Amino acid sequence: MNVHEYQGKEVLKKFGVQVPNGYVAFNADEAVQAAQSLGGNLWVVKAQIHAGGRGKAGGVKLAKSLDEVREFANELIGKVLVTHQTGPEGKEIKRLLIEEGCPIEKEYYIGVVIDRSTNSVVMMGSEEGGTEIEEVAEKTPEKIFKEVVDPAVGLLPFQANRLANRINIPKEKVREAVKFMLALYRVFVEKDCAIAEINPLVTTTDGRVMALDAKLNFDSNALYRQKDIVALRDLDEEDAKEIEASKYDLSYIALDGNIGCMVNGAGLAMATMDIIKHYSGDPANFLDVGGGATAEKVTEAFKIILSDEKVKGIFVNIFGGIMKCDVIADGVIQAAKQVELDRPLVVRLEGTNVELGKKMLNESGLAIVAADSMADGAQKIVELVK
Amino acid sequence: MSIFVNKDTKVITQGITGAVGLFHTQQALAYGTQVVGGVTPGKGGTTVEGLPVFNTVVDAVAATGATASVIYVAAPFAADAIMEAIDAELDLVVCITEGIPVLDMVKVRRYLEGKKTRLIGPNCPGVITPDECKIGIMPGYIHKKGHVGIVSRSGTLTYEAVHQLSTRGIGQSTAVGIGGDPVNGTNFIDVLEAFENDPETKAVIMIGEIGGTAEEEAAEWIKENMTKPVVGFIGGQTAPPGKRMGHAGAIISGGKGTAAEKIATLERCGVSVASTPAVIGETLVNLLEAKGLLDEFVVKS
Repeated sequence: MNVHEYQGKEVLKKFGVQVPNGYVAFNADEAVQAAQSLGGNLWVVKAQIHAGGRGKAGGVKLAKSLDEVREFANELIGKVLVTHQTGPEGKEIKRLLIEEGCPIEKEYYIGVVIDRSTNSVVMMGSEEGGTEIEEVAEKTPEKIFKEVVDPAVGLLPFQANRLANRINIPKEKVREAVKFMLALYRVFVEKDCAIAEINPLVTTTDGRVMALDAKLNFDSNALYRQKDIVALRDLDEEDAKEIEASKYDLSYIALDGNIGCMVNGAGLAMATMDIIKHYSGDPANFLDVGGGATAEKVTEAFKIILSDEKVKGIFVNIFGGIMKCDVIADGVIQAAKQVELDRPLVVRLEGTNVELGKKMLNESGLAIVAADSMADGAQKIVELVK
Repeated sequence: MSIFVNKDTKVITQGITGAVGLFHTQQALAYGTQVVGGVTPGKGGTTVEGLPVFNTVVDAVAATGATASVIYVAAPFAADAIMEAIDAELDLVVCITEGIPVLDMVKVRRYLEGKKTRLIGPNCPGVITPDECKIGIMPGYIHKKGHVGIVSRSGTLTYEAVHQLSTRGIGQSTAVGIGGDPVNGTNFIDVLEAFENDPETKAVIMIGEIGGTAEEEAAEWIKENMTKPVVGFIGGQTAPPGKRMGHAGAIISGGKGTAAEKIATLERCGVSVASTPAVIGETLVNLLEAKGLLDEFVVKS
């Protein structure tokens, strides 16, 4: 689960990670008020959307007067920001972060991730702040330093000291940097982060070490024990169909194509998208109804797929193991009756009670195209939506 | 022979009194698996399906001589259940539970160090040696005893591959689901190594998906060490970056973990990669035929 930069910074602050002072604003008046409360004569107006690359896309402005704060706030609120992470449709800016301007000395990178090769939490650092870490990894991998954390003892001070020295933090600020890193690690483990990326981490000419930007992503599996993080969820940033699907415990991801997919199991769901593409079709979604789906769940899944106007046809691909084919067939029939199925439907059933399932579909009187295999089904639906 | 489980494996179910644990225990018994008991804290002394229930794993092991455990405990308590099973020195622990916080699994991995237990999963369908032992949620009847080893990050995609083999008369030695989580107990290389050392296994199917670099690492291992033919498949060629595709581990982040990269590495390392999920079986058949080995694999029935 993602949160906004300002929310991430509030979480960091609670754990003693230094961040610039700032306030969230939903309109220009609030933005000016925020700047007044902060004082000083330099402010940063930052668009708050769940995507990176905001600076390059014009979503971060430096204001030298309160009038400029108002001007930039008016310009940004309601604007659709297109960054390399939003896709071409962009994201509408609804919130701003107004921050004090800082006398930046130098920018660094600090990131905390779960490293799958070592099955551990790893803290990474680089002197190349401000640049995306993937780019640094590509061009100058020797400039990235890593500390693998033993979960039994956590990130140790000597490791933070080593990392700070390797990325060339000025020696009079190493102690501050060590404090910063230890606090950041605590946020990561205590709040169940999946990623905590500080890019850039800055040193300032007035002696501070702090997070100028913060990208926090939380482990969805751990949200049950992070109620305060769940409260930060911004539904405006999520796809409406994905929100609806999550209510029914369906794993759904919207894509750009026109063939709706309903599959059981994440691996098979991905593979179904692939085979549609293989036959020159375009999947409209990823949808895993799970292993223990009921007829109701299948019905809801159907409604969500059909609510997407781009969808010109549906491919149901089920390998019934524990999930029986007759249950799926029942769900498909009920859904088709409830929602007035107005688009082609291809169903491929295999596995437990497959004969019964096929019989139910045949006798339902619905215009369902039966497929003998995954390949057969994919070819049929691609042909039907042409 | 086979890997990890066989007819002598004695299994206990952790979470046996829950609906899911009970259902799959019944299914395992029906398949012929030697299920010898179960564990549910607070339900010790009762019986389920004629099996004794214990309060702790160590009690269950002492009383039944169990060598393996399967875990259906709810996600918030699953990591503790795994560590309890490791502490009881079981040879094998299979965790089916989906949705365990990844930092819990990081601790479990640390706890496993220096212990004798092999952990499979979590978030996996389990492991099956056809006609001998089924531990997990896979439909037993689609399997056939034979010589193809299967290792996979996905459940239903494994069933798909098994089905494609069985309907062609090609049996399996053991099918292992390693699970879809980013941090798990057993990886591709662990299973490939076991298959390489198992005389009954004569060819291997490896099913991966987007996210991480486990497939690439496995490919390099295959190139250096594997003498048996390997067919691969990678799911998620059309998955968008930055989105978690159902499995916690199935995510392309920072341009890493794409299907294209994995397929290229596998092919470079001598693995025959199936172009679609529908031709996994066919790809193996063609490979075996080209090597003149197909007859050894087809089970007469």
